[in-house]
This record gives sequence, C-alpha cells and structure tokens, in this order.
Amino acid sequence: MKLPPFGYEAPKTTSEAVELLAEYLDQASVLAGGKSLVPLLALRLARPAVLIDINGIRELSGVSVTDGQAVIGAMTREYAAEESHAVADTVPLLAAALPLIGHEAIRSRGTIGGSLAHADPAAELPAVARALDAEFVVRGQSGERVIPAAEWFEGYLTTSRRPDELLVQVRFPTAQPGTGVSFQEVARRQGDFAIVGLAVSLSLSDGAISDARLAFAGMSDVPVRATEAEDLLAGERPSAELFDEAARRATEGIDPPADLHGSSEYRKKVGAATVRRGLRAAADNAQERQ
Amino acid sequence: MDITLRVNGTTRTGSPEARKTLADFLRDDLNLTGTHVGCEHGVCGACTVVLDGRPVRSCLILAVQAAGSEVTTIEGLAPDGVLGTLQQAMWDSHSFQCGFCTPGFVMQATTFLRAHPDADEQQIRAALSGNICRCTGYQSIIDGVLLAAERARLG
Ligand SMILES: Cc1cc2nc3c(=O)[nH]c(=O)nc-3n(C[C@H](O)[C@H](O)[C@H](O)COP(=O)(O)OP(=O)(O)OC[C@H]3O[C@@H](n4cnc5c(N)ncnc54)[C@H](O)[C@@H]3O)c2cc1C
Ligand code: FES
Ligand code: FES
Repeated sequence: MKLPPFGYEAPKTTSEAVELLAEYLDQASVLAGGKSLVPLLALRLARPAVLIDINGIRELSGVSVTDGQAVIGAMTREYAAEESHAVADTVPLLAAALPLIGHEAIRSRGTIGGSLAHADPAAELPAVARALDAEFVVRGQSGERVIPAAEWFEGYLTTSRRPDELLVQVRFPTAQPGTGVSFQEVARRQGDFAIVGLAVSLSLSDGAISDARLAFAGMSDVPVRATEAEDLLAGERPSAELFDEAARRATEGIDPPADLHGSSEYRKKVGAATVRRGLRAAADNAQERQ
Repeated sequence: MDITLRVNGTTRTGSPEARKTLADFLRDDLNLTGTHVGCEHGVCGACTVVLDGRPVRSCLILAVQAAGSEVTTIEGLAPDGVLGTLQQAMWDSHSFQCGFCTPGFVMQATTFLRAHPDADEQQIRAALSGNICRCTGYQSIIDGVLLAAERARLG
C-alpha cells in the first residue's frame, strides 16, 4: 500500500534530533534505514504523526575501537559494518551475523541502531548484542544513559528506550585472543528471518573453555541467553559429549513460540542442533584464532 | 518538498510529498515506468534501483531522502537502445517470461556482477535471493547471469 501521510523532519545534528523527540515524544518515529519502519507504515501497523529522519546526521555513523570496546554509531549501515575491517578484527561474532540479515539491497540501507532499536526477537543483531553483553547509549535532553543489553530488550519489538531518547551508539566488547565465534541460523529461505538463530562466543585458554556465551534468536519475545549451558561449559575441555549435554541444557527449560514456520517442539529440536553445530564451529574457530 | 537529484546521469527536480516513495516518484513524476512496484513493502525486489552505487529497494526509500543522490534505473542501462552484456545474455537465455520482476533482477545482477565478476553459481543465487519471480522457476535467470559473467570474462 501507499504510505499514509506524515510530517517529516530531517535534523542535521544529534541535538536537533533529540529536541524534536522531546517535542513530539511518542507521536514521532525515528527513521533510520527504513527497512522495518517503512513496511510498518505501508501495512498501517505504525501511524506516527511525524518521522524524524536521522540519515543526515553524520556523527551517528562510524566504527571506532577504544579501551577494549568497539563503538558503533547507530546510523552505521549494515553493509558498512559488514565491510569494516575493524568490526571483523574486534567483534567477529557481529561480522559473522551481518551477512545473514536479509539481502544485499536490505543491508545497503538498514542500520545497526535500527535493527537493535526495532528489537525483532528473530533478528540476528539482538542475539549478538545479548551474547556479548553490549551496551546501548541513548541520549535525551537531560543527557546520556548507558543501558546493558540484559535490560535493553523488554519484549516483542520493545526496548527500554524512552520516547524522548535517541539511540546514539552501541558498544561491543572486543574479542580476547583465543575466542572463537559462530552464528547459526535455520530459515526457510536465504535472507529470511531466523526460525531459530544462535550466537555463540567461546574463549579457550590452555585447551579449556574460559568463557562461553550463547544467545538464541526466535525462541522467545526477546533474545535469550542459554545460561545453564554456559555454566556447564565453563572450565571444561571441548568434546562432542560436552556439546551434546550443553544442547540438552540449553533447550530443556524453554518454551519457544509456535507459528506457521514451526511448532514449539520443532524449534526446541532445531535449537539443540544449532547449539551442537555452533559450539563445534566456535571451538574450531577459537583454535584457528589462537 | 523541493528536491534535486541525478537520475541516469541527468539532473532532475521535483516536489514530492514526504510520503511518496522513490519508486512512485520515478514512475509518476519522472515517467520512468521501467522500475516496477510489486509488494510495496520490501520483500519482492521488483523496485530495485541503484542508489549511489548500491542496490536498494526504491519502495522503502522516500523520494525526499534521495535528494542529492545519484540514481540508476533500468532505463539507464541501455540509454541508446543497445542492450548491455547482461541484458543481451538474459535475452539469449530466455531468462524471463512476463517481465514484471525483470527490472529488479537486472539492477540487482548488474551491481552484483560489477563487484564480483568471478562469482560462481552459488554466489549468484545468493545475490539474487531477495528477488521474487512468479513465472520462471529462476533457472533461466541464473543461466542468463552466468552467461553474462562468462562473456564479460572472455571480453
Ligand atoms: C525483505 C526484508 C528482509 C529482512 N530480513 C531481515 C533479517 O533476516 N534479519 C534482520 O535482522 N532484519 C531483517 N530485515 C530488517 C532489516 O535488517 C532492518 O534494516 C532493521 O531491522 C531495521 O533497521 P533500519 O535501519 O532499517 O531501521 P528503521 O526501519 O528505520 O527503524 C526500525 C525501528 O527502530 C527505530 N529506530 C531506528 N533507529 C533508531 C535510533 N537511532 N534511535 C531510536 N529509535 C530508532 C525506528 O523508529 C523504528 O521503530 C529485513 C527487512 C526486509 C525489508
Ligand atoms: S515493490 Fe519494493 S520490494 Fe516489492
Ligand atoms: S518473469 Fe514473470 S515474474 Fe518473473
């Protein structure tokens, strides 16, 4: 369908954007890549009075690495992060997930901040942010807040961002030496949202697992960490038996949603398979990176 | 809102409403009806055009957002009526039937082959996976792109 009428503002600076947000509050929607918002407008699932287009705000784009953190501006496009050597070197899990988002013509406009602010539970980047305990920096007129990933995702398409706040950057911890990663995904067709997705980061030290992080996409209304599996893995040496047990624990206590793409039982089985595959791939990757 | 942009190498101006998509602006205001509009929410790829060198869905971009940009549409690929390598190869391979999806596939494949001249079949399939064709079953489209890649390599 054609888009419904709306007012349109195109601020050039972050402070102008924040002023506009304070003025319009929940009457406004921030327009980043538009890959989720414009379909919502076309389908009449969102009816904001005003769009605040942040595409012209230069200071919101770019990747910088400082003090063990990769700082990614909210307007950084998915293709730009995908092509960034800094991202590949410092946040390999993010680099592994990016090519799985939609298609080239989607990633050429879609943004890191847009995907994380949209908070689709089946999307790749929320699982990555949750696995790595990324930090979200939001700015309102009274200043900035830093929100940990565990508190950012509140529910289906819902975050703890207040209506007067703009997501300005996302900070990912840089991977330590000996860390291997994998993003596993099962979808019907290439480029579709995941039926089940899994972000895995595994750090090895002297042959034993020193840090294990697993976060599922598509298993709940928010991305979820598989903490029981993580606890099991810590301190152990990688083996097929260990990974089988981790797969069991990761999926034991969860009750994934059922929809036309798969039943709850199916999602659990696929989830267990992604844990086994993901751990094996991340362990191999860790060995390569040592 | 008054905008100026470059389309297929020519400077164009217009005053679209904010809610007008780039796809509708190209078709209705600039009379460039080669760009097709299918789903109008980003999933079919028929409206794919090249914006500042990258393939994009013109149904998900507002016309006002394209101000100052360089846009290439299907009309820009054969300005003198002479088909380019990819278009000729697709013609020779009988790639399409009804033609509705054609502009999107051709724009997507053009930018992809430019960046990846040595792409194999698997990579080409992945690159075109965001475009939907309701007629062909895709094999003839893939054949056309493979033939174009081969002809380009042979010079
Ligand atoms: C055909 C198709 C396939 C897709 N496949 C996938 C897929 O497989 N995986 C996937 O993850 N995504 C997929 N997407 C969505 C795509 O990744 C989007 O780019 C992404 O979800 C949203 O990013 P955006 O920059 O386009 O945000 P927008 O659409 O501009 O915004 C999304 C939401 O976030 C808000 N927002 C954006 N930026 C900010 C900010 N800085 N501060 C506060 N609020 C903000 C907006 O107000 C809006 O509510 C697909 C989209 C399409 C059309
Ligand atoms: S019309 Fe734009 S993707 Fe279908
Ligand atoms: S040729 Fe008819 S939709 Fe592709």
